[in-house]
Amino acid sequence: MGPFVPDIISEQLNLVVALILGIGFGFVLEQAGFSSSRRLAGLFYGYDFTVLRVFFTAAVTAICGVILLNYFGLLDTDIIFVNPTWLIPTIVGGIIMGVGFILGGYCPGTSVCAAAIGKIDALFFVLGGILGVFAFGEFFSLYDQFFASTSLGPIKVFDSLGISQGTFAVLLIAIAVGAFAVTTIVERRVNKNAAPSLGFNTRKHVAAGAGVLALGVVLVFLPNRKTHLVAMVSDAQYQSEHPVASMDVDELAFRIVDHEPNIRIMDVRSKEEFARLALPGSYNASINDLFGKDWIPLVSQRHVKKIVVADNDEQERVACLLLQELGYENLAILRGGFEAFDKTILNPSAFISTGSRWDSDVKAFRESAHTDILKMIADNKSKGGSQPKKIKKIQGGC
Amino acid sequence: MKTTYMNPYLAGFFLGLVLLATIFITGRGLGASGAIKDLTVATLDLVAPAHTESSSFFGNYVGPGKESPLKAWLVFEVVGVLIGGFISGLVSDRLKVVTEAGPTVSPKKRWLFAAIGGALFGIGAQFARGCTSGAALSGMAVLSTAGFVAMLAIFGSGYAFAYFARKLWL
Repeated sequence: MGPFVPDIISEQLNLVVALILGIGFGFVLEQAGFSSSRRLAGLFYGYDFTVLRVFFTAAVTAICGVILLNYFGLLDTDIIFVNPTWLIPTIVGGIIMGVGFILGGYCPGTSVCAAAIGKIDALFFVLGGILGVFAFGEFFSLYDQFFASTSLGPIKVFDSLGISQGTFAVLLIAIAVGAFAVTTIVERRVNKNAAPSLGFNTRKHVAAGAGVLALGVVLVFLPNRKTHLVAMVSDAQYQSEHPVASMDVDELAFRIVDHEPNIRIMDVRSKEEFARLALPGSYNASINDLFGKDWIPLVSQRHVKKIVVADNDEQERVACLLLQELGYENLAILRGGFEAFDKTILNPSAFISTGSRWDSDVKAFRESAHTDILKMIADNKSKGGSQPKKIKKIQGGC
Repeated sequence: MKTTYMNPYLAGFFLGLVLLATIFITGRGLGASGAIKDLTVATLDLVAPAHTESSSFFGNYVGPGKESPLKAWLVFEVVGVLIGGFISGLVSDRLKVVTEAGPTVSPKKRWLFAAIGGALFGIGAQFARGCTSGAALSGMAVLSTAGFVAMLAIFGSGYAFAYFARKLWL
């Protein structure tokens, strides 16, 4: 599951990856014609809308890709870098950059690309950029408070607008396709003889636009993956078709006392309940946590039996089936839930025996397990308990 | 290979795929202005290290225990942009040392305005935490509010001021 940084690709190798991705970025920018300032400036005068076409197609492609990769469980969007919003500084900075665009004819990325093929004006643009950063830094104390103002964090645009992710995606696609059509008409009027759009194959372009709109409609009906999976495994019909293995309280107690290495107890109760009392060596995870990358090493070993513990069988079954849907194997639930374990081993009102040989053996076992496990819990608490290493959110931005 | 430019929608699709690959592999987006900042800080640190470290802005990027600002992801990526742009210019036969300007603009005037434009981008990109690539495009790809605000502000402002700069391009 992506992203591969930092657990699969190291920070050092990531720099090589940056170089390779940069080559792809530079190559495509140049092929698109972004190495020409007159072409770039054409956007603002209506004689060449190449920038709008490339920019919006790229944005729509990447947005749809991120949504789909996340839906199919290939990309953990909870840990990728989402640009935090500083609302007013971004608007002011954007306005300054817009003036820079119309005067300079480039933006930073395109200027580097243009300099690479020999544009002298692009070199001046880069040089100006360095002076601009220098000036900004030298006078920083004049606006450092403004710089840090209206900080809203990594908020998402569809939340800001109060609509769903899918609705936003299809609206954006509709706006993009509409803008492509309108700007092509404008371009052909303004630039009668040399509009780049004169060479377009109308039928293919209309078909592509319709195809992208259709994809957008699919995105609206694509539920959020987490909600969808949780709803699916909570369904009674689904549960009756997917039985789960279970383990009884005595067996689990025996394995805990025995320090059996090939079991792993996943406790999906709330943090508070877990902190109050939990089985020795168990890990606490919310249902939401199970989707995250940081749990993979804990639940992915096939030879280790994962025992799902919750308040009751019903909650355990949901978490267990969810883990199964996410591709993990060798799972079982604790019969009766944590409550049964608590009443039988940890805090029983009394150890009852009817007097039969079997019952008195069970009673003896439970008494000794009670002492051993409570001691293990106390030892575990003094060591600070066990939690998986949390994967940090990735840092990014300019 | 053809010397004409690629169909813009196809180029946009490929650009989107490069950006998607970047997010999928590294968990972050593409950028450009960040590398210019790193280059500025590194140069300044070379010329006046004491001044750089004591600066309330540049001081965040240099100092004891910090790696060189040039050993940054965006710097390597932008070196890649240079190489990729060059390769593209080579295969499409567009390598040429030239100043490109509007029909009535002299090279020197074009250089001056290019430098002013670059400087404005250098300043604006600090406030917006990125430029057209890092803030707008990459920000939009992960559906951040910042990305859409930056995009609207940059292009909105470009259109608003285009009339006053028309003699540079038309």
